[in-house]
Amino acid sequence: MSVSKKKHTEPLLRVVKYEGMSRSRRWLVRLIAVLASLIVSGILIVLLAGINPIKVYGTMIRASFGSSRLVWNLLRDTSTLLLLGVGLAPAFAMRFWNIGAEGQMLVGGIATAFCMKYFTGMPTFLLIIVMVLASLIAGALWGLLPGIFKAFWNTNETLFTLMMNYIAIQFTAFMVAQWEVGVGNNTVGVINPDGHEGWLPGLFTSAFNKDYGINVLLVLAVTVAMFIYLRYSKHGYEISVIGDSVNTARYAGINVKKVYIRTMVLSGAVCGLAGFLAVSGVSHSISTSTAGGRGFTAIIVAWLAKFNTFSMIAIAALLCFLDQGALEIASSCNVNTYVSKIITGVILFFLLAGEFFTMYRIKVRGKH
Amino acid sequence: MTDLIQLMHSAIIFGTVIMLGAVGEIITEKAGHLNLGVPGIMYIGGISGLVASFFYENSVAEPSGVISVILSLTATIIGSGLAGLLYGFLTVTLRTNQNVTGLTLTIMGGGIANFFGGMLSKYAGGVGKISTDAASSAYRAYFTPLTGNSTSNPLYAIFGYGWMTYVAIALAVAAHLILKRTRVGLGLRAVGENPATADAAGINVSKYKYVAIIIGSVISGLGGLYYTMDYVYGTWIIDGNIEALGWLAVALVIFTTWKPIGAIWGAYLFGVLYWSYLYIPGLTRQSQEIFKMLPYVVTLGVLIVVSLRKKKENLPPDHLGLPYFREER
Repeated sequence: MSVSKKKHTEPLLRVVKYEGMSRSRRWLVRLIAVLASLIVSGILIVLLAGINPIKVYGTMIRASFGSSRLVWNLLRDTSTLLLLGVGLAPAFAMRFWNIGAEGQMLVGGIATAFCMKYFTGMPTFLLIIVMVLASLIAGALWGLLPGIFKAFWNTNETLFTLMMNYIAIQFTAFMVAQWEVGVGNNTVGVINPDGHEGWLPGLFTSAFNKDYGINVLLVLAVTVAMFIYLRYSKHGYEISVIGDSVNTARYAGINVKKVYIRTMVLSGAVCGLAGFLAVSGVSHSISTSTAGGRGFTAIIVAWLAKFNTFSMIAIAALLCFLDQGALEIASSCNVNTYVSKIITGVILFFLLAGEFFTMYRIKVRGKH
Repeated sequence: MTDLIQLMHSAIIFGTVIMLGAVGEIITEKAGHLNLGVPGIMYIGGISGLVASFFYENSVAEPSGVISVILSLTATIIGSGLAGLLYGFLTVTLRTNQNVTGLTLTIMGGGIANFFGGMLSKYAGGVGKISTDAASSAYRAYFTPLTGNSTSNPLYAIFGYGWMTYVAIALAVAAHLILKRTRVGLGLRAVGENPATADAAGINVSKYKYVAIIIGSVISGLGGLYYTMDYVYGTWIIDGNIEALGWLAVALVIFTTWKPIGAIWGAYLFGVLYWSYLYIPGLTRQSQEIFKMLPYVVTLGVLIVVSLRKKKENLPPDHLGLPYFREER
């Protein structure tokens, strides 16, 4: 009797690690991912709304670059999203999952709105400095708490910061109810509509909401500073060692607890500053949707940029461009604005999947 | 007394939505995958069922409740199953980061659901005009001989719910039994705790992960269906409520320390916490908002206490959130 032996063959496709892909090739993969996602979302647009996709992309470009006001809107939204991504960068670089940008931004916004409402007597310049400091401190406190618990008791930071978001949202709802204009209205309305105290002026004109030059400059300054901090400072080095391996960091004599707490304070503070920008620089009001999910989108921006703050500029700009474009399509073609979320989702999925091809290679059976 | 019955009733309906979400998420997390896409999956589950029922009931003169229920259930299972498959393909096969993938799924799920929900509203003739009466009443029908017709009957607080309320409890119990008492459950827990060891023991890690993620998504998606059919009576409102409830479901998973049985009473407790402000006299609107913070604060407290005590059976699965690549040791 012959014993049948199970034959083992190499699987048809297998995945192997792909080290050392060049920078340009990595960007090429990303570009292909974006193009593929544009094709897929084009097909989706045709199926969902029955509109010619080429016309759609034309409309999208016009929606962001059609006039100087639209360009400023794009810059404004990009800079806020970018600032959040930059804020998350140091935490993510040490593999600390700060999912709490949404909450940190909101408390920063509340602190800003508080100063705006109650310190109207101050000279404008001083008031704005106080507001900046208040938003930084509020955000830092919101980041400090999960940092401490992670450092001392290894509490899961993803879940901790996630809960802190909702505590911040309810706290905002509480403050909105406290400050509401008109009983039962549940909106704060525009703060200081007459005196404009605490409003961030434009860079080129003193009028408000005409240009967002100061927003852009502030965010660019933080972006550059964070890049230098992470790349060239001792702190940045400690962060990247912890990101590679906590045990190595301990062995090398890095005080891991201290770095966790210090970095989370920094991360929360920068996200809090985004709250300042949103309140003082853009809406001059506060609501539970002041952050509007951007704290979550920023996580994706920071991750896709691999914590490189300059790469974040491109990704944040792309997302804001899409958002603005999709809103325009929605209003001009009379479809629902949520189409923008679908397109954003499709593009992010493609970018995420594209990351796979920068790190791994698929081998076909028999080929080497 | 009537107040108490009312509170229990609304708490249990509220709780069932997040219980389903949480039981699905527990199964997913036991496989080591933190799926932050639960709100998105619940959105997709809710809208799929609603769309199916709506088109069926609009195309037939005398829609039958049973058929409408079957259609919506099937649509929800397919819709949320596909969402789970997408998440599974990205995180298991392509090894993308779980947090980022999940969040993207939440953004996209909310977009898809509100897009179709908005279109459906327009098609039906305005906000709140969507009606899937046959399905919704079939979902919400309860056994009147037992409870009588009065909503102040104490039995109403126990038996006055649609059948999915009890299915949710059954699913939680079943998940508990499978995880604790079967080989498959042991394998699944091994995959979540230490996939390399599970792999060495001959468990097909990817298969376990895929199956757990898809089944988990379907159960979470049923939570979305329960929301549209039982909670808001078969219509669609764009108010971000499903997303808020989805995050509460994620919170509940932590609150129960990854135990499906705990999700039953935990969910009802969250429901009581959420609705109690209506029954406490003298609350202002401001303090109501503080009250709604309670479930999150309590969850945070549990998370902290669990991490302080470090009891193995209460901690999250060891490999939660980490990808598994066999060649990387």
